[in-house]
Amino acid sequence: MRERNLRLPALLAAALLLASSFLPAFALDGYDYTYTYNYDFWGELRESPDVYRVESVINYRDIGLDSPMKTPQSLFVRGSELYVCDTGNNRILQLRRKGAGFTLVRVIDEVKGAEPSSFNAPYDIFVDDEGWMYVCDQNNNRIVKMDAEANYVMSFVKPTDETFTQTLAFLPAKLVVDVAGRVFALCKNVNKGLMKYEADGTFTGFIGASEARFNWYDYIWKLLSTKEQRAQQQNFVPTEYENICLDPEGFIFATIAIFEEGDITSTKPIRRINSIGSDILIRNAEEIPMGDLDWDSASEINGPSRLVDVTVFDNGIYVALDRVRGRLFGYDKQGHMLWAFGGPGGSDGYFKRPTSLERMGYDLLVLDQQECSITVFTPTEYGSLIYSATEQYLQGAYDESAETWRRVLARNGNYDLAYIGIGRALLREDQYREAMHCFEVARDRKNYGEALRLYRKEWVEENAGWIFPLILALLVGPLLIGGIRKMRAEVNGR
Amino acid sequence: MINASRGVQGRHPGLTRYFQTLRYALHVIVRPFDGFWDLSREHRGSVAAANTIIALALITRVLKLQYTSFQFLMVHWETVNVVREMLSILLPLLIWCCANWCWTTLFDGKGSFRDVYMGMGYAITPYVLLQLPMILLSNFITVKEGSFYGVLNMVSLLWCAGLFIAAMMQIHDFSLGKTILFTIMSLFGMLVIVFLLLLFFSLLSDAAGYFVALYREILFRLN
Repeated sequence: MRERNLRLPALLAAALLLASSFLPAFALDGYDYTYTYNYDFWGELRESPDVYRVESVINYRDIGLDSPMKTPQSLFVRGSELYVCDTGNNRILQLRRKGAGFTLVRVIDEVKGAEPSSFNAPYDIFVDDEGWMYVCDQNNNRIVKMDAEANYVMSFVKPTDETFTQTLAFLPAKLVVDVAGRVFALCKNVNKGLMKYEADGTFTGFIGASEARFNWYDYIWKLLSTKEQRAQQQNFVPTEYENICLDPEGFIFATIAIFEEGDITSTKPIRRINSIGSDILIRNAEEIPMGDLDWDSASEINGPSRLVDVTVFDNGIYVALDRVRGRLFGYDKQGHMLWAFGGPGGSDGYFKRPTSLERMGYDLLVLDQQECSITVFTPTEYGSLIYSATEQYLQGAYDESAETWRRVLARNGNYDLAYIGIGRALLREDQYREAMHCFEVARDRKNYGEALRLYRKEWVEENAGWIFPLILALLVGPLLIGGIRKMRAEVNGR
Repeated sequence: MINASRGVQGRHPGLTRYFQTLRYALHVIVRPFDGFWDLSREHRGSVAAANTIIALALITRVLKLQYTSFQFLMVHWETVNVVREMLSILLPLLIWCCANWCWTTLFDGKGSFRDVYMGMGYAITPYVLLQLPMILLSNFITVKEGSFYGVLNMVSLLWCAGLFIAAMMQIHDFSLGKTILFTIMSLFGMLVIVFLLLLFFSLLSDAAGYFVALYREILFRLN
């Protein structure tokens, strides 16, 4: 609370400086400002206690560098090592976490034994379990593989395969490497999906191509236009991925940031891709994971969230980073939004142009390419409770999970997932009526139906003593009465 | 009307007649063609009964919002206005009656405005009869068994729609084709009426605004 009170005036000042006079003065993006929030069932924004707190903001001075970073593009975490692609300076920084701070281990700026040996715009790095380093050396048109001492091993280059348009330059931007050493790379100007290389460097095709989409309106428009007009129009192209990340189970998480505003739900901005390229992300919530549900289109910062990076915890919870408003969104495995926080600006915990997101344990690291800084977030007590409740449930400790959810509720009464968690535990304890109440509060139809079914069964069994005689009476009674009347009529008639 | 009714007996002839006409609704909904023909021609229906049925429909509508299980009807109470919910049934109904009467009077329709209103009132009887038990039902079935609820909901609406058509045919003595034609024309007429009403109120508020502004200006000059 105190933090927010200090930040708000600063943000307002920034808003007034930046925004022209017609903009609403209360917030940069038209919202009533709140740092951490969640959406309720109706998609309305509800304030929430903070889930993450800024632990530190690291810039070049903090790690003992002489010169600032220049448009850094990517972060990568392996254990307690943090790799930063200092793209504009053609180097990679390796930092190590020591308590709350980071120390510089080394600066990797050459690949020993490679030709050329220097980097030219290294966009992304991946380090596998055994210490092999893979770097997207974009302007050298290669993905270079090095050993832990930065000695050149091999490189992955533009395929001679005809599926790759030969006139295009090979510009690798992001990559992940699976346990078998296969490389999946995202390249600029390639919209056929991820490029897949075997461990020996052979290109084996594209996977996970995002399907080309068009609507009937575009189609009719295209039918009506002449050949020349058609040539000038945009083609129906599949959307390109913005970023990829390997989850603990070995699937690839991908985000898409380029789409028309109205297409956001059909685009599915966050996807989880399996080995044959299908999207297997679970979307069981009312709204699919897409960042903000509600946005302003009038101010300078407008439109839907553009998710530029995603990172996945061991418990299946994933976090996405929004470039437009500098916000982070957490989702559980079922696709329910856990929390959202962040905002645009220059203070700690706010971002100007965030590009990369990584996690270290439950801590989150965000790279801002304009500020050239790395922000380290650590979970608050409230945030940790949400995580442990989720994990306890996954481990089958349902009662402990419900207890933790109760502690979450004590801190945030608007938290629907806590009600569902408690309801599930109650359901297991055969407390159907109480469970029904919890599910009704959270407006969870499916679980409520289940609780109602069990409660109904129990109720009917308990009350069978009078229900069945009553039904019988209702069925037989009219027949009897009818019979008696008939008999009486016959008697009277005679 | 009371004079015209036959067989009135008992201590409160008016009340007895009222209950008879109300009960006639149950006859109309199962035998619509006979029922609507006799409704005004044989004086077997009454405006009071039609009023009652419409009032019940409005109450049903509100009860439905309040008591239907959230499994079938999610109500965002922060945005609900009970008066508006009621008007959302009442206003279209009244405007429909106006529009329909306007057209049919010009084209040989036999029914008066009163007959049209009465017909409409009797025609929404199934909505009350089915929706009220459905509120109860919704609290006993789960979302998986929701198709029962969905079918009943559909039946209640289609039944009303069928009665609407039958009522139009019988009250105005129209053929089916002519009824459908006048249904479409009445819908169009409703749009015109709504447009005129909006125009009227908009002009009225502009006119009022002018005088308010004038008054303020004078006060300002005087000070």
